[in-house]
Amino acid sequence: MNQRKLWDLLPRFTPILAVLLALLVGAIMLIALGTNPWIAYEALFVGAFGSTNALADTIVKATPLLFVGLGICIAFRGGVLNIGGEGQLVAGAVAATAVALAVPTLPGWLIILVSLFAGMLAGGIWGGLAGFLKAQFHVNEILSTIMLNYIAVFGMNYLLRGPMMDPLQAKLGSFIPQTARLPRAADLPRLIPTRLHLGAAIAVVLAVAVYILLWRTTIGFRIRTVGKNMRAALGAGINVKGYMVLSLLLAGALAGLGGAVEVLGLHHRMFTDGSAFGFTGSAGFNGIVAALFGQLHPIGTIPASFLLGALLTGANKMQRVVQIPSALFGALNGLIVLLVVGSEIIRRRQARRIDREPKAVKMASKVKDE
Amino acid sequence: MNHQRSLLVVFLVSILVFLVGVGALAAPFRVAVIMPSSINDMAFSQSMYDTLVAIQNEMGEDNFQFVYSDNMYVVSDAAAAIRDYASQGYDLIIAHGSQYGSSLMEIAPDFPHTSFAWGTTVDTFVDQGINNVFAYEARSEQGGYVNGVLAARLSQTGIMGVIGPIETGDAKLYVEGFKAGVMATNSDAVVNVTWIGSFSDVALASEAAQTHINAGADVLTGTAQMVVGAIGVARQKGVLWFGTQADQTSLAPEIVVGNQIYDWTVVLKSMIDLIKEGTLGGKAYALTLANGGLKITVNDQAIVGQTINDIIEGKIDLNLGEIH
Amino acid sequence: MIGSILIGILSSGIRLATPYLYASIGETFGQLSGVLNLGVDGIMLMGAYAAFFTVVKTGNLALGLMAAMVTGALLGLLMAFISVTMKAEQGISGIGLYLFGLGMSELLFKKTLGAVQTVNGFPALHIPGLSRIPVLGQIFFQHNLLVYIAFALVPLAWFVLNKTPFGLRLRAVGQNPQAADSLGINVNRMRYGTVILGGLLSGVAGASLSIALLNVFQQNLTNGMGFIAVALVYFGGWRPRGLLIGALLFSMVNALQLWVQVRGINIPSDFALMMPYVITILVLAAMAKRRVHAPAALNVPFERGES
Repeated sequence: MNQRKLWDLLPRFTPILAVLLALLVGAIMLIALGTNPWIAYEALFVGAFGSTNALADTIVKATPLLFVGLGICIAFRGGVLNIGGEGQLVAGAVAATAVALAVPTLPGWLIILVSLFAGMLAGGIWGGLAGFLKAQFHVNEILSTIMLNYIAVFGMNYLLRGPMMDPLQAKLGSFIPQTARLPRAADLPRLIPTRLHLGAAIAVVLAVAVYILLWRTTIGFRIRTVGKNMRAALGAGINVKGYMVLSLLLAGALAGLGGAVEVLGLHHRMFTDGSAFGFTGSAGFNGIVAALFGQLHPIGTIPASFLLGALLTGANKMQRVVQIPSALFGALNGLIVLLVVGSEIIRRRQARRIDREPKAVKMASKVKDE
Repeated sequence: MNHQRSLLVVFLVSILVFLVGVGALAAPFRVAVIMPSSINDMAFSQSMYDTLVAIQNEMGEDNFQFVYSDNMYVVSDAAAAIRDYASQGYDLIIAHGSQYGSSLMEIAPDFPHTSFAWGTTVDTFVDQGINNVFAYEARSEQGGYVNGVLAARLSQTGIMGVIGPIETGDAKLYVEGFKAGVMATNSDAVVNVTWIGSFSDVALASEAAQTHINAGADVLTGTAQMVVGAIGVARQKGVLWFGTQADQTSLAPEIVVGNQIYDWTVVLKSMIDLIKEGTLGGKAYALTLANGGLKITVNDQAIVGQTINDIIEGKIDLNLGEIH
Repeated sequence: MIGSILIGILSSGIRLATPYLYASIGETFGQLSGVLNLGVDGIMLMGAYAAFFTVVKTGNLALGLMAAMVTGALLGLLMAFISVTMKAEQGISGIGLYLFGLGMSELLFKKTLGAVQTVNGFPALHIPGLSRIPVLGQIFFQHNLLVYIAFALVPLAWFVLNKTPFGLRLRAVGQNPQAADSLGINVNRMRYGTVILGGLLSGVAGASLSIALLNVFQQNLTNGMGFIAVALVYFGGWRPRGLLIGALLFSMVNALQLWVQVRGINIPSDFALMMPYVITILVLAAMAKRRVHAPAALNVPFERGES
């Protein structure tokens, strides 16, 4: 009996085993490049968890992943594939920056509130636009969100090198595409004297809110119904089109809020290098990874984002310590994602028997087992 | 006995001081650099990397060591890197990218005994009470002007094409300089500019070059790492190219006429000297033609290489008759 | 004057469309059988590197092309294994593949070649006779071999998908794998085949950049093209003809906006750059009445006996 219990527990560890396998492959690559993998992996761990600063960096890295991931939970469960995280993050960040710069005389907490709201609104519009295009014109959301990503970036470039550029830049003659520094009162408070800012706490609170939304409200129920079975939803009289728009709108709003939080908490100004990635760190894509690792559950997305953030932060430290091209760590990152997601089947086989059956059957089988 | 003991102590202490002193002198100057693109990008990042390698060769590895983190285009990662290197006690940390400014503003005050350098910019944050940040930039409009003059002289159609990333920073300076140089040499010349919106879209850069050529340009120039695509097209179509930031001749020696090369040596050496004397920041540097930071190279193979070959191969009849 | 501009835009558009055609057609095969592969960009980069490295070392273009095909096929095999056999969540495994290809290609490039350099890639191949036709000749018949092949693939793909038993089986697998399975079609083998084919074609897409159109390799050479290629599959409604329209539309508008900039027309460059993306959305929206349905089993791993 004990043996069987152990065997049943094994699938829960498959993600960890998959990560270990990927690290093994990485170790081979490191050795091929003339580096000691132990030193490298020690750096990975130290970089992610080894000090207060490291832990703070990990959480800071995980925060936008969580914001985007929460939005993905809503969208994917609502049956819409939101690949537009990058553009929504940017839209939210630019909007928040514009608003914060426009009202420097307000009390700090009010600037923060208004700016974050602006970010949410902008992201929501950006996501909702894709939803509208899908509902009204049957434009597939994978296409529209990918295209909107680029449009957002070009819009950002225009604003940041033009109307929103720091007047100081033009005066100095260096024309760096960034805005003025936001009023200091708008800085999100630090949780401890490191880079860790309130944004992480906001994200966690929102995770709970999204959970409540999806499983404790009628709206959430309808979102999930549309995602699971569109025909049944239509039959039940649910406004499927409207809920698709809503799902994308909410996903965009969360991502936009994430972008706003990044600006107010971390950078305190908006900047560009021509692409979105310098600002987002690919959180628009990594957030999808985090959400899927978290089984599309908002609470599950929290540890998933944290671990992904740890991996990314630790990988940067690894690069600094062993002085190997950062490309290796990008490849390793991809390999870990591949192996973890590829090994899901082992975990799922076990869970599926229990989770996917309708409640009545589940109860019956539980009784049977005992 | 006491007398002897105190003499011994003095003797030992002085040996210690001597050793520490020698140790301090012998300790290498350590630099960490963070760059937004790859060290082999034939442009911005490569220029800094090449300079650091050259300085290390000159000063010797015992005296100068550097580490680097390239492809740090994600600013929050770069900030973590800067902070990490600072806490490891590097003497100078170079944030080689204008997007790193806000990060430096936060980090520099936390490490008052470390020197930071930020480029390309002129702002040393001195007006915010920060004294350990150097600033450096490249007056790339100077080399741009020179390239423009030569381009206008070599162009037969009088139409020139420019391929740039986004209209900011030293890219903007370079293009303005180039345009000015062309106009000053040939006021009828036309300079068409395309900004392709990215530092890495090689395909679009190459198609932009193609478009310029279709519009009649026979001389092209551009800035940032994606121009390798444009150079490829220029090579295919036999159109001349002027480069900037790094020496791009090796990509297409038949058509790369001249380059403006960023040589940060003069800037870095001055910083190193100042740091050793105790000044950790507050000075803004510029690469100029005057101080040797900007170097102009001209590749005669592109201009008259064909002629030289023809003479060597006897294709040109140099029998000029009797010369009086 | 207008004529030469038009010729320039059209021929630019044809060149720009080439990598999208290869990658989109490949992805279409995979998606029609029910597998979503978001890793196309990563495979393109690896294929581009493999072709480039081979040509640098051997000077042999055919060998380079083969290297790209083999590399792409192998990565397709990996994707197939993870998505079909291991039934992984396809969107995320695609992103993982993308990150892997992006990093690996850059690492290999740095370590094996180091410096950016150019090669002599596929030269312009003037089709005898046709290339001399005024206007049309310049637009269509003066490109390199890989461009011609890309366009030839479109009718070929249409034929295979619509007029062969293989194509019928393929589409059945994507629409109703249970039914296909009960008819004796090996669903998993079909999916393996299409995903490997998709990988192979994505590899060729990469090669079309590194050894034909651009003749250079650099990190992140594709700059996200693979994702646009996937988006174009949706634009095209999983039909080769629609793909062709999408790829050409996107590329022509891109070529057009370059002209707009060259001509010095007073639009901020950022808005010009937006044009291909905006117009693609608008055109797709305008075609709204033609509703196209995705393959019913897209992005759903096949489980025998499940309905």
